[in-house]
Amino acid sequence: MSETTAADSRARIAADIGGTFTDVAVEKGGQRWTAKVLTTPRAPELGVLEGVKVALARAGLTPADIAVMIHGTTLATNAIIERKGAPTGFITTEGFRDVLALGNESRYDQYDLNIEIPKPLVRRRHRVTVTERLDNTGQVLRPLDEAQVAAAARFLREEGMQAIAIGFLHGFVNPAHEKRAAEIVREVWPEAPISISSEVSPEMREWERFSTTVANAYVQPLMAGYLARLREGLNEMGLTAPVFMMLSGGGLTTIETASRFPIRLVESGPAGGAIFSAFVARQKGWEKVLSFDMGGTTAKVCLIDEFTPQASRVFEVARIGRFQKGSGMPLRIPVIEMVEIGAGGGSLAKIDAMGRIQVGPESAGSDPGPACYGRGGDKPAVTDANLLLGRYDPATFAGGNLALHPEPAAAAMAEHVGRGLKLEAPMAALGVVEMVDENMANAARVHAIESGKTYEGRAVVAFGGGGPVHGYRVCEKIGVNRMLVPSGAGVGSAIGFLRAPVAYEVVRSLYQRFASFDRAAVNGLLGDMSAEASRVVANGSFGAETTEHRIAYMRYVGQGHEIAVVMPARDLSEQDVIDLRAAYDTEYARFYDRPVPGSDVEIMSFAVTVSTLVDEAEPVAEPEAAPAPKPIRHQQVRDTASGEVRDWAIYARDEMAPGAKVHGPAIIAEDETSTLVGPGWTCAVDGLGYLELVKEG
Amino acid sequence: MSALEQIQRQIQWNRLIAVVEEQAQVMIRTAFSTTVREAGDLSAGVFDLEGRMLAQAVTGTPGHVNSMAESVGHFLAKFPAAGMKPGDHYITNDPWLGTGHLHDLTVVTPAFHNGKIVGLFANTAHIIDIGGLGMGPDGRSVFEEGLYIPIVKCFDQGKPNETFFDFIRVGSRTPVELEGDIYSLCACNDAGAKRLAEMLEEYKLDGLGDLAEYIFDASITATRAAINAVPRGTYVAEIHSDGYEAPVALHAALTVREDEVVVDFTGTSGLSSRGINVPPAYCRAYSCFGIKCVVAPEIPNNWASLLPFRMEIPEGCILNAPRPYPVSVRHIVGQLLPDLMMGCLAQAVPGRVNAEGSSCLWNPPLRGGSQVSGQNAEVDDFEIITFNSGGTGARPMKDGMDGIAFPSGVRTMPVEATENVAPVIFWRKELRPDSAGHGRTRGGFGQIMEIGTKGNAEFAVNAIFDRVANAPKGRFGGGEGAGGLVLLDDANGIALRSKGFQVIPKGRHLVLHLPGGGGMGAPTERDPALVRQDVEDGLISAETAKAVYGR
Repeated sequence: MSETTAADSRARIAADIGGTFTDVAVEKGGQRWTAKVLTTPRAPELGVLEGVKVALARAGLTPADIAVMIHGTTLATNAIIERKGAPTGFITTEGFRDVLALGNESRYDQYDLNIEIPKPLVRRRHRVTVTERLDNTGQVLRPLDEAQVAAAARFLREEGMQAIAIGFLHGFVNPAHEKRAAEIVREVWPEAPISISSEVSPEMREWERFSTTVANAYVQPLMAGYLARLREGLNEMGLTAPVFMMLSGGGLTTIETASRFPIRLVESGPAGGAIFSAFVARQKGWEKVLSFDMGGTTAKVCLIDEFTPQASRVFEVARIGRFQKGSGMPLRIPVIEMVEIGAGGGSLAKIDAMGRIQVGPESAGSDPGPACYGRGGDKPAVTDANLLLGRYDPATFAGGNLALHPEPAAAAMAEHVGRGLKLEAPMAALGVVEMVDENMANAARVHAIESGKTYEGRAVVAFGGGGPVHGYRVCEKIGVNRMLVPSGAGVGSAIGFLRAPVAYEVVRSLYQRFASFDRAAVNGLLGDMSAEASRVVANGSFGAETTEHRIAYMRYVGQGHEIAVVMPARDLSEQDVIDLRAAYDTEYARFYDRPVPGSDVEIMSFAVTVSTLVDEAEPVAEPEAAPAPKPIRHQQVRDTASGEVRDWAIYARDEMAPGAKVHGPAIIAEDETSTLVGPGWTCAVDGLGYLELVKEG
Repeated sequence: MSALEQIQRQIQWNRLIAVVEEQAQVMIRTAFSTTVREAGDLSAGVFDLEGRMLAQAVTGTPGHVNSMAESVGHFLAKFPAAGMKPGDHYITNDPWLGTGHLHDLTVVTPAFHNGKIVGLFANTAHIIDIGGLGMGPDGRSVFEEGLYIPIVKCFDQGKPNETFFDFIRVGSRTPVELEGDIYSLCACNDAGAKRLAEMLEEYKLDGLGDLAEYIFDASITATRAAINAVPRGTYVAEIHSDGYEAPVALHAALTVREDEVVVDFTGTSGLSSRGINVPPAYCRAYSCFGIKCVVAPEIPNNWASLLPFRMEIPEGCILNAPRPYPVSVRHIVGQLLPDLMMGCLAQAVPGRVNAEGSSCLWNPPLRGGSQVSGQNAEVDDFEIITFNSGGTGARPMKDGMDGIAFPSGVRTMPVEATENVAPVIFWRKELRPDSAGHGRTRGGFGQIMEIGTKGNAEFAVNAIFDRVANAPKGRFGGGEGAGGLVLLDDANGIALRSKGFQVIPKGRHLVLHLPGGGGMGAPTERDPALVRQDVEDGLISAETAKAVYGR
């Protein structure tokens, strides 16, 4: 598969370790080769090395031809979910031993008496307090008791801990106590890996900061070991090019930085998918996009404005109540904001106490899988429903590698959904698909509200096995009339890695009100942040040109949620400060109709990102109109909006040339997925070979 | 009805629940009071033109939910739907027409489609200050408790009612937050109304009538089925609150009969002369919540799913406070009601209830500056409340939860954030060892909080604490959780009153020991590994492990 990218004669390779597969993509001179190998959980570097070999062989390249490698992995996330990190000790402020256990003192489900609250990564015995206290301005209220720190370090070493986290109240304002405590630990225990909160996550809110710091310490030995073994393995095969790690926030960093702050890698795979969508949006020149990735167990949506995936600074890992907000551990790191919904091809359907169809979050998984796989699954899944609606050809599903069986699907659907509602299997299937589409649309709508955004004028980029199947109907439900199905979506995250800039984001809290704005302090802080980010980027940019973005997180005094406002990347002048205040009002009015009269505005924190320039997408010419493609056959398909059964034309994607156009209802089949072109939609193949769907009227 | 219409009804029901969730999220994003945006002390819902609730946001707290459900009918009685116009917003904080105290604002907004009114959106939020004595029990009538807003129009066809806002601005210690919150409540109802119109357009519906009937039918059928799965009979229980001037006994006889649950509160103590009295809507709200958690937790809240739960509250009892009795901290008594309901249901479905927990929030409302110290004030004026909780009761198969709100659904704020908005210092906030009730499953641990100010200046607490003299009880052989303590300084500190305004002198700290939850089952049946773990973690002493658990 080829696609025009920035002209580059050196080869670049990307590897993404997912739960099941490790994906590798190689690009050279505008051409791309890919490989998909099984993930090797015990020694993940083996899967990567294998994938690299396969991809290089396909490309006819040698390891020495590679100029740079980019890597992302879910290892850190898995270590936290499976509790397989290093035994970790936590040294904190006297009186605050249980910040990690108390959290925000709330239940994530109001009516369930049996909810489980996530257990901290560090048990109480190994959370040790020492005398010290700062106030909110960083003034010392109680000096650090150094003897207690040394005693704590000795105790934790004797207890068999392998990593140390240090977090003090208000430590992000004045890191002196945390830094001194780290020195003392190092004196007592020189080889201990130490994470301190003022470096890992220097922002207000002690639970989130401590949770992040502890999680960083918890995964650090494991990640450092893995990265060292990977580097060694690559060297042995002759791949000596620099390796960059994909960050959750969408930038790249060096192995050295990644080894110090491995917590910043947690969501790197999905981040690659979002960057892939953002790159596609850039190629198309679409400024507002929703990335919609639906797989076997979950769907993920991400808002992308001006070719940049939405950023967030807090993320929840290891949710206990599946997909329930508040049931996981908070991590405060730069991250691409995504919503994950328990809706995929394997999601199971049933009838609830109110006689309503309920889909997910339980999933059939890959074994036994949906009933139609014929492997003994007897509960109806979304894939069964799609089959019963006539959306799949049982013989050619997944490139003909997995024959589908309509009979068990119909039996399961009739038994678990149809019977309770007095519906035949096909109408029950319609209900299941409508419900899962509605769930995804509802989650997308609420996400837009939480983000202060709308779907007006937005397009959807659909990928994953289910995205192109369900995309048009989700579009209709959220009021979007344009959708794109790119090619290469099967290894989208790995391709996304190749599009990511070398970038690093530094966030610091410095409370400011406009009525008493301290320009010198702000400029000083921003200068330090800029220098820090530039230093990290310089390690990997090899002198490439960089750009800097500065953001202020602002709100009306007293409000709880900040809005990100872009600032000029320079020392602020008096006029800049006035402009920044005005920019806030403009942004606020854009989100919410009513401005609030007479309120002062406060800045909670600042972010500085330094990054290399993103490859510009080359404009792609509109293709000449191609002759109308011929359907490979017709199929009886039930439309989920109207319930009508009609003949839908089926086309083969690889027979459709750029410029070809078909009118819905139609299905465009390929090995990995099927793109549904609903009634009222048309689909055209663009100059890049992407499918562009438009709803008329 | 065709098969397709049947499916579409289900989709529309799901959509309505998503619409009210969007409504709640807009409120959280735009609200000014920490009580709303940090603590989540709010609720949101959509109603038909008869004032019957169709759906309610999952986000929110139980005390508001069910009482707000009753509130919309009162708005319609004063302002009939026929006279409402687009852009109108109505507001009240009347404890008897809203959610039980002056600190809760309820806003109702009509929703239109094709020029016709089709439904109403309502929300409730706990705001930080409404003037008067402030959030506390000391008032002797509702008139002392703050600014009393009857049901009035705060926006008339999109135009703010300036006279109303003038009154609001001068009546509160935190006028900017209050005004901002009212804007936020109106904006969130608007967001809901806009989304509802889009749904009606998509499905070519004229109104909510048929959908309402479907939701109500399905809900009442499911609720009745859940009730009919509980053994019939009358179950009696009692629970005690420390009260203000005298202890308070709450007495319930819960009858499960075909298709309904009826609770008779005869035998409950009389009214208090202070603000711990409970308006009846709030009593119904928390009683209903307690029963629903046990009997029908999965059924969404709406008019019909709440209908089969009936409360008979005698006149003159503390759970049926008439106007103008003081009601500011009605949660102190009201939040014991779920424990009381579970005391009854423990006899019917023992495997589905919890032991008693800390139950009532332990929120310290703190005030400092000139309103406490006059001209001698050493700190700027401040008014702040944090939301804190003791341990919950043990569960049949799991321990209780440590320092977690139940039945209230609120969250607490970070200490760092609190210290940034007020000159207070939290010297200690951690679990309280040896506070959990023992048992096969033990209760959740309470916590200890020690609070002072910057420079150790004088400040005051408006104490609203309970379960000091009446510790949470265990069930089926489980032990009591530790009762609460309100102290001036720690370690042999002087005991303060659990209720009422008290000054913490210069140089001293307020120390709170929050209660632990009750245990369940015989302690000797507890898994020895769990006992050992609690000892290693410093949560129970080695002596207790030996004496109580025999380990």
